[in-house]
Amino acid sequence: MPLLEVENVSMRFGGIVALDAVSFDAAAGEIVGLIGPNGAGKTTAFNVITRLYTPDEGDVRFDGESLFGTSPSGVIRRGIARTFQNVELFSGMSVIDNVRVGGHLRQGDQSADDVLFYMNLHSVRDRPVSDLPYGTQKRVELARALASGPQFLLLDEPAGGLSHEEVEQLGVFIRRMRDDFELTILLVEHHMGLVMGIADRVHVLDFGKRIAEGTPAEVQANTSVIEAYLGVPT
Amino acid sequence: MLLAAFTWTEFAQQLAAGIREGAIYAGLALAIVIIYRSTRVINFAQGEMATFTTFIAWSLMNQGLSFWAAFPIVLAIAFTGGVAIERVLIRPVENAPVLTIVIITLGLALLLNGLMSMIWGGGNRQFHGPFSTRTIDVGGVPVSVQDIGIVVVSILLVVLLGFFFRFTKVGLGMRAAAVNRDSSRLAGVRVGWMLALGWGIAAVLGAVAGMMIAPVVFLDPNMMQTILLYAFAAAVLGGLDSPVGAVVGGILLGVTITLLGRYVGFIGSTLKLPAALLLILVLLLLRPGGLFGRVTVRRV
Repeated sequence: MPLLEVENVSMRFGGIVALDAVSFDAAAGEIVGLIGPNGAGKTTAFNVITRLYTPDEGDVRFDGESLFGTSPSGVIRRGIARTFQNVELFSGMSVIDNVRVGGHLRQGDQSADDVLFYMNLHSVRDRPVSDLPYGTQKRVELARALASGPQFLLLDEPAGGLSHEEVEQLGVFIRRMRDDFELTILLVEHHMGLVMGIADRVHVLDFGKRIAEGTPAEVQANTSVIEAYLGVPT
Repeated sequence: MLLAAFTWTEFAQQLAAGIREGAIYAGLALAIVIIYRSTRVINFAQGEMATFTTFIAWSLMNQGLSFWAAFPIVLAIAFTGGVAIERVLIRPVENAPVLTIVIITLGLALLLNGLMSMIWGGGNRQFHGPFSTRTIDVGGVPVSVQDIGIVVVSILLVVLLGFFFRFTKVGLGMRAAAVNRDSSRLAGVRVGWMLALGWGIAAVLGAVAGMMIAPVVFLDPNMMQTILLYAFAAAVLGGLDSPVGAVVGGILLGVTITLLGRYVGFIGSTLKLPAALLLILVLLLLRPGGLFGRVTVRRV
């Protein structure tokens, strides 16, 4: 049984159909890529899974049990943590305090410092996050998510705004993180090199519909995926 | 004469009085800032909430309780009342435009004011505070015990709050919820309760300010109205977003207007408020974010 099952989820905003009967899943221990052109509904799917949005139809099950009985603040208690596309940190608060908030449901403060060491952030421990470079802020956000001791991690464009070398390091790092913490990871990413390099499986969304699913190699060869990204030749 | 006669002893006395005034403004300004930070709402009922709880203290003391026996009871009532106001009045309009919520706080101020007149009637009342009004000698300067008491209580309160926000998990959660609600929720912070808690703490701060100032002025339903204006000014001076700013702004304002009122002849007691506001206006022209506020830049 997959750890996460998204089943026939539809979500409309006024006249716009952001998700149209979308289904996908992720099995325990997998790194699953969720890709698609801009506006395909990837972030909406994240917001549904983390309960910021309640969809019009469909169900999301985690560990066999629906998430819709869980409040947004209860999602993390089920073992689900995420990062945001545009970095949503607690600006004005220090790095360690940001990570502490992430880990505040666990006992003791030790875990926050451990995570800082793991993420190589200890040198900026007491700096206000708003003063740090964008790439570092992204790492702080990841550290905050890790501090909660999650089972399942949703990463929304972790490579966005990073330099070429940073992206390469990130790829290695995500895999290592998955192994060290026995995580399942769902990854929204535009950087195809990163997704194709680390994902075990990829789901492709376009205009709110899932148009393909498979290994990176399969998806790259899929004609509807190529059309979605490049347009149909006329 | 433009400038009044000057002696160092009197200057020190005025300074002490200014700090005492400022401590009261700081307490109320802190209450305003705590609610503003988390909800972006200016609570216009803050003054009336404080006066209301002070009346409760007065009633309890009339029943024969001593000040310090009534004190914790009043704080508990204030806290519960503050939380209840958030849950009952503010929560249902949480997603309404800020102006709607501001109007609700204005309505609440009127309601509480009317209730006070109804329950306790108008007119001035003597409120017997915990500190004596006799003066003691502090380094050659006579200062009233009451002034010292008010300042000490205020400092204790600020230190306690600082500790709470810095070192407790609930305090951490409240800070997080004030900055970024979605992220807080997803970190497991129960944002709704954090906001209610903020209102509870603000009500407690107001209650302390009310019980401290009532012995200095007289207790009546409008007691806090001018003080609330000064507190708003202090909060803006400090940067509205910054608890430290509220405290510094309050003390600075208290000292400035006391000294202006005493030493600049034409200001006296009548022009103190406009003079203070003029100063703040000038300061805000130079530093739009206030003394401790940060001008926010958002990545778009």
